[in-house]
Amino acid sequence: MRITVTVDGAQYTDEVEPRTLLVHYLRETLGKVGTVVGCDTSNCGACTVHLDGHSVKSCSVLAVQADGCEVTTIEGLAREGELHPVQKAFHDNHALQCGYCTPGMIMQSIDLLADNPDPDEKTVREGLEGNLCRCTGYQNIVRAVQDAAKHMSPGAGPEAERMSDTEVRRAPSAVAGGGE
Amino acid sequence: MTATEEHVSPMGYGRMHRKEDARFVRGHGNYVDDITLPGMLHGAVLRSPFAHARILSIDTSAAEAHPKVRAVITGQTLESLDLAWMPTLSHDVQAVLATDKVRFQGQEVAFVVAEDRYSARDALELIDVDYEALPPVVDARRALDEDAPVIRDDVEGRTDNHIFDWEAGDRARTDEVFARAEVVVEQDMLYPRVHPAPMETCGAIADMDAITGKLTVYTTTQAPHAHRTIYALVAGLPEHKIRVVSPDIGGGFGNKVGIYPGYVCAVVGSIVTGKPVKWMEDRSENLMSTSFARDYHMHGEIASTKDGRILGVRVNVLADHGAFNGTAQPTKFPAGFFSVFTGSYDIEAAHCAVTGVYTNKAPGGVAYACSFRITEAVYLIERLVDLLALDLGLDPAELRMRNLLRPEQFPYVSKTGWEYDSGDYPRALSKALELAGYDELRAEQARRREAGDPTSMGIGVSFFTEAVGAGPRKHMDILGLGMADGAELRVHPTGKAVLRLSCQSQGQGHETTFAQIVAEELGISPDDIDVVHGDTDQTPFGLGTYGSRSTPVSGAATAVVARRVRERARLVASAMLEVSPDDLEWEKGRWFVKGDREAGKSIQDIAMAAHSSLELPEGVEGHLDASCVYNPPNLTYPFGAYICVVDVDPGTGQVKVRDFVAVDDCGVRINPMIVEGQVHGGLADGIGMALMQVMAFDPDGNHLGGSFMDYLVPTSMECPSWRLGETVTPSPHHPIGAKGVGESATVGSPAAVVNAVLDALKPFGVRHADMPLTPAAVWRAIQGNPLRPDLAVT
Repeated sequence: MRITVTVDGAQYTDEVEPRTLLVHYLRETLGKVGTVVGCDTSNCGACTVHLDGHSVKSCSVLAVQADGCEVTTIEGLAREGELHPVQKAFHDNHALQCGYCTPGMIMQSIDLLADNPDPDEKTVREGLEGNLCRCTGYQNIVRAVQDAAKHMSPGAGPEAERMSDTEVRRAPSAVAGGGE
Repeated sequence: MTATEEHVSPMGYGRMHRKEDARFVRGHGNYVDDITLPGMLHGAVLRSPFAHARILSIDTSAAEAHPKVRAVITGQTLESLDLAWMPTLSHDVQAVLATDKVRFQGQEVAFVVAEDRYSARDALELIDVDYEALPPVVDARRALDEDAPVIRDDVEGRTDNHIFDWEAGDRARTDEVFARAEVVVEQDMLYPRVHPAPMETCGAIADMDAITGKLTVYTTTQAPHAHRTIYALVAGLPEHKIRVVSPDIGGGFGNKVGIYPGYVCAVVGSIVTGKPVKWMEDRSENLMSTSFARDYHMHGEIASTKDGRILGVRVNVLADHGAFNGTAQPTKFPAGFFSVFTGSYDIEAAHCAVTGVYTNKAPGGVAYACSFRITEAVYLIERLVDLLALDLGLDPAELRMRNLLRPEQFPYVSKTGWEYDSGDYPRALSKALELAGYDELRAEQARRREAGDPTSMGIGVSFFTEAVGAGPRKHMDILGLGMADGAELRVHPTGKAVLRLSCQSQGQGHETTFAQIVAEELGISPDDIDVVHGDTDQTPFGLGTYGSRSTPVSGAATAVVARRVRERARLVASAMLEVSPDDLEWEKGRWFVKGDREAGKSIQDIAMAAHSSLELPEGVEGHLDASCVYNPPNLTYPFGAYICVVDVDPGTGQVKVRDFVAVDDCGVRINPMIVEGQVHGGLADGIGMALMQVMAFDPDGNHLGGSFMDYLVPTSMECPSWRLGETVTPSPHHPIGAKGVGESATVGSPAAVVNAVLDALKPFGVRHADMPLTPAAVWRAIQGNPLRPDLAVT
């Protein structure tokens, strides 16, 4: 099947098998290997990306379901070399070690901050429940998300693009594997 | 040797943020599955549905006819290459692809190489294997029964499932101590089979270049040099024609030490097809077939006086090793370092006996931050001490405090022969008790029990001594390779440096911390020091990263090599300044003339001069580099005091960890931020093992827990906010006084959590229940009907 997908701001048109998972399309067809695979039962969230502004586990979405959609991966966050505030906060708070869960964790964190720009610790932990990490024990990730929240204000920096858009875009996710 | 925190500052640049993060937060890491080579093919493994079955035939014709399949490899193919079996790290052999029969569910039976990932898996379904089911050995306690099926009939004349007997300590003296003891407490306990489950599974890309005869293997290995040597020995390839590259690794936790059949199949696939072959396992394959951890059935006894002076410890262990003995540990230690089970206590005698058996399960045993079985050792002693406290009616913290080794006893030779390097145990325990507010917690617990609070509060204490940094070559080798590690440091003409190491980070931050060690020694900014590891063509030989050995061994090598460069720099500086080397004094980053601070040369000036036409003294070759092989004189013995507080709902069995205090002492902290991150991660492991994780088997040997649907790892919701403390008792034999720490929290925390839950269950008359203390397990224990967590039948 022919699909047209906008990924990290660039438009791609490709022939894909209907069974191709979005994560494999991103990694193997587009070479966007920043998004990784950690399980085969949609538990770990390492493959989390944004599909039309919502976080989804891209191992649980078919590439054909993304036809006509906009996908943002970890590789599309930094603008002109400047890190997204969540990326920066992960670095500042030592919220990563092996780095394998980090792309999905950051994408999910941005999604939860879009829902709640000033979450308390419990809200952050609940928001990240679908993302497993084996290295950090989560505490520094929770800190990073709360730290990022402080540095994200609508209208300032690259995060504004997402924060302002979400009001319009956020509707119930249309595809399976929604990041809730 | 004891120092206080006030006297010891972290190594150069302290809580420096990590250099690795820049690529990882952008999705620019380079993990094995991210690598694509021209013409690369994809491999997939067909696995056994049976735990134990004879293979009558394998029909691969339909798979071979698949238009995208390039090769189908079976055990028969490998037999013709003499590769059907491979040596393990325990001097046993393991089937690469099964030839005669399968011995565990998930075992490798055939390997398909196809043009893409999806087609390779399609083709697996086209392979027809005819099995004849055999009765499996599932319960390790039945493995040595007369009528137990013999699993390893590949070995001529083998008539049972016995692997080894091993003992340590003084049996006669221990028996004598027990005979005269006023109090003896004993307990059976199981440390159930769990799995390290790194977020990234295992995988490899093998690239055999037929023209040059060079094999390159990009792979998830914690020990790239050891892998290279083993490939050379197994495949008969010359070692200089093998290059193993361990790129970024998405967590290891001991899972990625050994060589798995999938790696060997990828190599054979590349040889057969003449193309690079990638094999990347799924999560379920990772859980079912790669190295498990633990599975120790322990019978522990502790002897004491009536007033709580511990006299001796006696242990019998039945170790379930699965179908092949693939346990990773130094050759002379078939039960790893389990014999440090006397822990942190001053006792008179101790003895342990360990028997290893085969069962129809995947191989492994040593993994998951166990420091070679110290997880098991610490869990055993810390449960026994708690049971003793229960029987004596003593507070468990008080009982520990009375029996801890005193600072003046170090270096201390334990009753099983370990020489603990340094420790100030009472100080660490006091600090933890204070940080937790222990007395108030006990008061709250008494108050709530008095008031009939339906939620039962529990407080658990664990005090552990680790033994990490394997190890001295005279005792410790893996497959004959002594456990010394190399380091090479080269300072470029402009004063920037590259450090090459044999250890292999899997997230522990080596690229940052090892640069910090050099920075401390030479005064070069860590940002100006690149740390290279993982490529056997580029780095010195060594045994890799596991057993928290990087800081003890490679960290020492790094300090030594930096000091050698500093000495070379002194000779160059003396030529530059036209003074005797003896007249020079070092301050960080600079040699200067004694008594004249202005007359000096920075390490950067010296580096340029060392590469210039400057005339150097006789015998000084110029340039600024050095190498070193560090053979550690002893292990390092970090320690810690952990306190866990839980609330248990006896109606549902739900356990809520409400507080966790961890005081760790790993000597000098190179980077406290990274140490804390290591501890956080290990504490989460402890929650996982104590409350959630188990790989159980049904009577047919079916693996239950073979995916993340039922093998549960902690999420952000199960983990509390950790509260950490530290003391600093440097290792006297280590060049920078640092001890390993990576595994301490995984080793020390499960006992704290279990002790806390059982403290909460004390009013219900529960003495012991085995991990994981799931709601079902807790509820059943309260009903007086505990679960056998390792078996689906109870």
